[in-house]
Amino acid sequence: MKTQGTAFCYPDHVDTDVIIPARYLNTSDAAELAKHCMEDIDTEFVKQIQPGDVIAAGWNFGCGSSREHAPLVIKTCGVGCVIAKSFARIFYRNAINIGLPILECPEAAEGISAGDHVEVDFETGIITNHTTGAGYQAQPFPPFIRNIITKGGLLASLKKDSDHE
Amino acid sequence: MGMTMTQVILAKHAGLERVEVGQLIQAKLDIVLGNDITTPVAIRAMEQAGLEQVWDADRIAIVLDHFVPNKDIKAAEQSKQCRQFAQKHGIRHFYDVGKMGIEHVLLPEQGVVTAGDCIIGADSHTCTYGALGAFATGIGSTDMAAGMATGEAWFKVPSAIRVELTGTLPETCSGKDVILTLIGILGVDGARYQSLEFTGEGIASLSMDDRFCICNMAIEAGAKNGIFPVDDVTLAYLKGRSEREPVVYTAEPDAVYERTVTLRLSEMQPTVSCPHLPENTKAASALSQIRIDQVVIGSCTNGRMEDMETAYHILKGKHIADGVRCIIIPATMQIYRECVERGYVTAFIDAGAVVSTPTCGPCLGGYMGILAAGERCVATTNRNFVGRMGHTDSAVYLASPATAAASALTGYITAPSRKGVYI
Repeated sequence: MKTQGTAFCYPDHVDTDVIIPARYLNTSDAAELAKHCMEDIDTEFVKQIQPGDVIAAGWNFGCGSSREHAPLVIKTCGVGCVIAKSFARIFYRNAINIGLPILECPEAAEGISAGDHVEVDFETGIITNHTTGAGYQAQPFPPFIRNIITKGGLLASLKKDSDHE
Repeated sequence: MGMTMTQVILAKHAGLERVEVGQLIQAKLDIVLGNDITTPVAIRAMEQAGLEQVWDADRIAIVLDHFVPNKDIKAAEQSKQCRQFAQKHGIRHFYDVGKMGIEHVLLPEQGVVTAGDCIIGADSHTCTYGALGAFATGIGSTDMAAGMATGEAWFKVPSAIRVELTGTLPETCSGKDVILTLIGILGVDGARYQSLEFTGEGIASLSMDDRFCICNMAIEAGAKNGIFPVDDVTLAYLKGRSEREPVVYTAEPDAVYERTVTLRLSEMQPTVSCPHLPENTKAASALSQIRIDQVVIGSCTNGRMEDMETAYHILKGKHIADGVRCIIIPATMQIYRECVERGYVTAFIDAGAVVSTPTCGPCLGGYMGILAAGERCVATTNRNFVGRMGHTDSAVYLASPATAAASALTGYITAPSRKGVYI
């Protein structure tokens, strides 16, 4: 399982209010919401993002509101992976639960610049910046998280468990 | 190694003798909560996974509070989805317009949450209930869906920061000044993945409303939860209110904390978080040159009875400054009614303020007080992120109800000179 694409870079403490402003939360339609992804921090994001592209960000990405709409719009826009120095805990949990791949790797987040061509291997946790030639080792997912992801998210894993009963 | 209060509660709910920091556990839940923004996503997640039954209709709370009374057609559709789901499953704690309130003020008030509980809520400020001596944490809609279906959730056992409180607060300060000061010290991710465990002799002098406010903003330091020990103040609050028997847990005497932060309550001063992060704290007195356009007094942080009382004592018989809009939002219908009966609403209107029925509206930039470009607001809410209350070029200053009310009178950020009496 891999992704590769162009990097979009953001600073520390990107909050879920700028990822998807609450003024649009009168709907839970992912495609409709995705039109406004990152709107309050980067109005160009939705115009430029291509499937497989990567977000590289600073510390505490996804802080603030627990809205699951935030990882959902990032995934719906086609982002293949979010790499950050660290994630806020609710965002981390939500991203896993809906199947948006995310990796904590301060070195990679520091070494990737906007526009770089980046490849991520989720099995090994290896992040390659093809523009600079640099490689980074992120912690791959722990087994219990890999289990949720391979089953297609938390609820899909529950469904399969209950099918066995 | 002794367990912290949070760890003791988690161990009990996981059916384990002991838990260790970092351990992954499956815990039984006492209450699962959602609101009109997050519940529709959870309902869809349940449907997609083919989960047709809820685990216990008495242990799920659904509160319509973010965009009600419905702000537009789309919001009305989301409320309708929640209403139909609640009817279909016989959800006992479903709160619609007329009996709703802001969830984190309403659930303790109605006795739905209690000491010793393990609670998840699809709202980041679910950590509020830690004030009752419960483990409560915010999660997303998928976790809510799984919680509604199974009555369980997985957690990674957190380490803790001990926050030692000493002394008593000066009259000009309240719980809001304590938590803003703490966030200023820790930073917005200073307690990430950790518990904030409040201890110390200073706790005894803090009211329940102060404690709710303090735990409410634990998330703004990145914390998983905030928690207070259960004392006489807690038990007096729960008596005759809690629908289930409270269970009192305490940290083990040799509990291990990653660090201790000591706050001397007597040294607190009216504190303001400047744009655009809650950690940007300054003394209110240092910001007296900042002109404001709006004041909001309300939210899950500061829409409680004591907050209304503080605003009343400062605003009664006075008039808010020209050019300032002052919006006051009691957080539940019970508080709203009490404000009417005590004559607060009349005093607020005479002072030039508007009084709304309960809603989260302006706090998250939904409706009922949206800011235009360049406008500044002093708000008793919990976040001052870019665009949080409206335009991305607007600014929110977080403050206590006393500072907000005093600022409404002058039109500039103003420290209250003495609690209840603004001179």
